[in-house]
Amino acid sequence: MNQKIFDNNWLVESGDEKDVVLISRIRLARNLKNHHFPNKASIVEKEEIIEQLQNNLSFLESENFHFFKMEEFSALERDVLQEKNLISKCHSENIEGKALILNNKLHLSTMINEEDHLRIQVFGSGLDFSTIWQVADQFDDQIESEVEYAFSNKWGYLTSCPTNVGTALRASVMCHLPALVLSERINEVLGAVGKFGLTVRGVSGEGSGSAGELFQISNQITLGYTEKEIIDNLKSIILQIIREERRSRLYLVNKNYDKLKDNVLRSLGILKYAHRLKENEALNFLSKVKFGLDSGLIEEDINKNIFSELIFKIRTAHLQLNNYNSQEELDIKRAELIRNSL
Amino acid sequence: MLCDNCQENDAIVHLTRIINGKKEEIHLCEDCAKKSNKFKLDSFNNISFQSMLSAILNENDSSDSSFMNNNLNNNNCNSCGLNYSEFTKSGEFGCADCYLEFEDELETLFKRIHGNKRHTGKKPANIEAEKEFQAEIDHLKAEMESAVEDERFEDAAEIRDEIHEIKKSMEEDIDESKNI
Repeated sequence: MNQKIFDNNWLVESGDEKDVVLISRIRLARNLKNHHFPNKASIVEKEEIIEQLQNNLSFLESENFHFFKMEEFSALERDVLQEKNLISKCHSENIEGKALILNNKLHLSTMINEEDHLRIQVFGSGLDFSTIWQVADQFDDQIESEVEYAFSNKWGYLTSCPTNVGTALRASVMCHLPALVLSERINEVLGAVGKFGLTVRGVSGEGSGSAGELFQISNQITLGYTEKEIIDNLKSIILQIIREERRSRLYLVNKNYDKLKDNVLRSLGILKYAHRLKENEALNFLSKVKFGLDSGLIEEDINKNIFSELIFKIRTAHLQLNNYNSQEELDIKRAELIRNSL
Repeated sequence: MLCDNCQENDAIVHLTRIINGKKEEIHLCEDCAKKSNKFKLDSFNNISFQSMLSAILNENDSSDSSFMNNNLNNNNCNSCGLNYSEFTKSGEFGCADCYLEFEDELETLFKRIHGNKRHTGKKPANIEAEKEFQAEIDHLKAEMESAVEDERFEDAAEIRDEIHEIKKSMEEDIDESKNI
């Protein structure tokens, strides 16, 4: 495929509350009527579903969407798509009978024949549910006018997993919460979040460990509330978390000014001069530098968006796209990339 | 050799991972290894979710069987062949018709997972909602009448509330279509 498409990075765009919220995301699950769900569908049926969608969704081509069968991607390209959160791990494996729709800007993706026939995802920079909901809703309407969805009046959109039934909407944000982690208030805050029907998990860097003080918060309940209620509930809790994080930052900076300043400047120093950096290491130092920039501890003139700019680029598959191969080489190139961005 | 993570203690856990044919070595001390998720496989998360879900589903089976008159659990879905016990294991429906086949069991399940049992959000424009709503109301009315006959007044009141809810969402639909 055309690798230029991978260069797009909507994440560098400015967005609301971006000192705390990096990414907002909306996901809608949809299934077609009269077809088995992917877990019960044969490869032949999955291919039929892909063909049906390709034939019926004629608006895709005219509106600059790209339709790919997963076989068109190399293993490395699939890893890059996964690092960009455009596909899930499961969608990158056993690729027979699976397809993907992407828009030019790479902030809309639709996985075909993952857990459900369609998994529409829209991303936005910062806290931005009103725009991305509009995009997702409209895209869903366009598909819906061409195909018939599995829908019940009583239970809403029917999904393969009972935890998604109803609106089949998952709204989530990726938050950077260094001060809540440092002040050890994170568990208290995140525990409270659970009481409002939301779930939290650490965002993984390599493997599945959490890195960079990043957390993903999303709604758990999909049935019995409207899309607006679900999003409003999530948003109001997120605004509280943003407030708590900012309060903790102020408090920590006032209380431990010299210690914190030393800590973020050392991190900056390492990023500026290191010759080799591993992925998680880089992410953790970048997280510290972002904290330093957002809280005014770093006064140097450094691009405030550095974290968003590098968060995908420093990941292993992204670096491999440029033909860097051994781990040694990857770590050196990663360090070089970061050095040059500072 | 020092731990990759803290650079303080001796590394005693050594992990070699091969991703896309690229070898990566990780060396950690005991403390960092305990904290690290690198040794947990991704599938662990799924298993715990799946097993929890299937625990809920199986619990439903045993606790509700006392007042379930007909043993629906033995039914297979007409369209995809999935039966209820398979569903309790996998936690996944095989097709849209499974929802109808296992309808009686699902109310409790949805109530547990979501705290609700009725969709109130977006609807596809091409759905003939009104007809379906009316059929459901007729069905519930009949149920309510037989509950009254049997003097199960609490059940009847519950069904009455449910009918009320359906009527409300019908009205909301009409309001919405006016707006467009």
